[in-house]
Amino acid sequence: MTEEKIIADLEPRKFGKLGMIWTIVLVIISALGIYSYIKQFNNGLEVTGLRDYAFWGIYISNFVFFVAISLVGSLVTAILRLSGAKWTVPLTRISEIIAVASIVMAGLTIIVDMGRPDRIWHLFAYGRLQSPIMWDVIVITTYLVISVMLLYYPLLPDFAILKDKFTGSPFLKKWYGKLSLNWRGTPGQRKIHTNAIQVLSVMIIPVAFGIHTVTSWLFATTYRPGWDSTNFGAYFVSGAFVVGAGGVIAAMYLLRRAYKLEEYITDDLFDKMGKVLAMLCLLYLYFNINEYLVPAYKLKKEEEHHIFGMLFGHYAPIFWSAIIGGLILPILVVVTPRGRKPLPLFIISVIVVIAAWWKRFLIVTPTLLHPFMPMQGIPENWTEYHPSYDEWAITIGTLAMALLIITALVRFLPIIPIEEYIEHINEKKDEK
Amino acid sequence: MENNNRRDFLKKGLTALGAASVVPMLDSCSDKHSNTEKIKVLSPEGKVMEVDKSSVAKLGNFGDYAVREGIPGKKFVMVIDLARCQNAKKCVSSCNKNHLIQTPNEWLKVYSMKDTEDSAPYWQPTTCQHCDKPPCVKVCPVDATFKRQDGIVLIDNDRCIGCRFCMAACPYSTRVFNWGESIPEIEIDSLMMGHHHSPETSVPAQKGTVDKCDFCPDMLAKGELPHCVTACPNSVFYFGDMYEDVVTTGTETVRLSEILEKRAGYRLMEDLGTNPSVYYLPPVDRLFEYEEGLENYEEFKEENAE
Repeated sequence: MTEEKIIADLEPRKFGKLGMIWTIVLVIISALGIYSYIKQFNNGLEVTGLRDYAFWGIYISNFVFFVAISLVGSLVTAILRLSGAKWTVPLTRISEIIAVASIVMAGLTIIVDMGRPDRIWHLFAYGRLQSPIMWDVIVITTYLVISVMLLYYPLLPDFAILKDKFTGSPFLKKWYGKLSLNWRGTPGQRKIHTNAIQVLSVMIIPVAFGIHTVTSWLFATTYRPGWDSTNFGAYFVSGAFVVGAGGVIAAMYLLRRAYKLEEYITDDLFDKMGKVLAMLCLLYLYFNINEYLVPAYKLKKEEEHHIFGMLFGHYAPIFWSAIIGGLILPILVVVTPRGRKPLPLFIISVIVVIAAWWKRFLIVTPTLLHPFMPMQGIPENWTEYHPSYDEWAITIGTLAMALLIITALVRFLPIIPIEEYIEHINEKKDEK
Repeated sequence: MENNNRRDFLKKGLTALGAASVVPMLDSCSDKHSNTEKIKVLSPEGKVMEVDKSSVAKLGNFGDYAVREGIPGKKFVMVIDLARCQNAKKCVSSCNKNHLIQTPNEWLKVYSMKDTEDSAPYWQPTTCQHCDKPPCVKVCPVDATFKRQDGIVLIDNDRCIGCRFCMAACPYSTRVFNWGESIPEIEIDSLMMGHHHSPETSVPAQKGTVDKCDFCPDMLAKGELPHCVTACPNSVFYFGDMYEDVVTTGTETVRLSEILEKRAGYRLMEDLGTNPSVYYLPPVDRLFEYEEGLENYEEFKEENAE
């Protein structure tokens, strides 16, 4: 492949018909979500299905989901990059885009859950460091900043290339030029650039572990059965890598189809990501066994209600679907080479992502419906949790908005790092 | 000054006969302006004594104190005598009325409890436990819920952001959330009679914030007992000051340490280490049959029923 062909293949392209329909659908879903949110903002959280016992619901589990999937940025761009896995080059930008989009939406989702979003400034005016919520605010902001930098820095050489060679609208071309910040590729610039990315890649790993560990502590720092677990940090982080890998595989497949990038996002890449997914699923399975088996063995009174409700009771259908679909099935399918072909792997990944969303629902809701004190003297429907239409509309709206951010970035940014990919190809040639 | 008061008080161990007022204190400066007028007081041992009126300081009217800091030199405690509770729910209705609470947002709940399969059921009035190590205060990101030096845990509803982390942290399920606007604004204006919202009264409820039992600090500052204590027809609730070691139902005043020892008082979920300020006396030698309370018992009720 020549450089010219690579540049021509990878430059941002206008959407076709399908792309436009996709975007419009996302805009409509987002708009419905915003409409419902305005309603919630005016009337209070009473428009939701949340009540005094189930006081956290799909907003919080959706928040945990967004934080979880955002860890993919650190997995692909940092952990795999630092371990010398050069094959991840075509995936770095996609995963960083997913990371930025989902961490932004995680922040917005938590505001959606607030009873008084008008008082968000209180967090800065009266913030107290002993609250895990403050840790979350700090570490998520840090993660957002590093993720944006890790998205932007590697884009500088690409913007410079597009400044010269972009064939699309001159307006965009001008903006690529501005955004390239005078990148000329001099040895001095390159040295700073490489070092900066290296430093950011190292920095983002503890922060990534931090965001999800702290998120798990929002639960684990309480006394409640199902949350009162020292396993929670590791359990959350390992689960996050699973859904992150699933998310990036799904995106890889769709982008490869949409942009005909078979030469760049190769079958071999799916094969490798499939292996990564299998490893991560096994790891997550291990922490799941820890999380459920140990309390199920002891069966303390409160834990008993919680665990039996999960394994055999009210939540059993969701629980087993999430465990089988999100863990057992991927392991079984992906260990075979045929299961790592693009299409089966794509289907598995979509199931993994959906199962991961419901898994987080199971982490939040059943625990709240098993308090220490009896649930008496309240309306009977307070002892259950059924999200309202507005709640679903807002939640699905935030998911659509995340996809919309990803779509917008995919539309205007080269989804595979051009310069890095050229280097990668040249290195490969040299090796031969 | 405060310490002197307390020491003198403990030394002489006197308690006044006053019904609604918590406990008068002896004035340490009494020698300077001795007065011959006598007043009858009751010692914790149950003896009626006459002392100089000037040596008894009227308790209450703590004057100006910082609402966030609490009343200096006090540590409020409650003792709930489960042997006397018949689920009359007068405490609940008085609490609701005085805090403009709409059902089912009650701060005070009377649970039907049963500790084991074979033991007898009993009624358990449950307020905020005002823990000395309050898990709710620990997790609040904006210092909206706070612990005062007099032991009371309060909520500043002007500060609360509605994250509900405190509700997750509280093992006693004592916190309620204002999901919507419960009372129309016009009504609130007339009910509040020109008063502003303060953590001291927790009234009116604010949409999107958390509420809970506040031990009625506005009443305490006036030297009066919380509403649930005075409303109870069966003297289930004792209230008082741990430093003075005295609690009263309003009609009956006892030494805290003695009643806890004699009646084997306990606290809820002691093993969690939250150190509640509410003690329970076990339901033995009961005044009422459990079944008598069933007529007032609703396991579930209609939402927003009056």
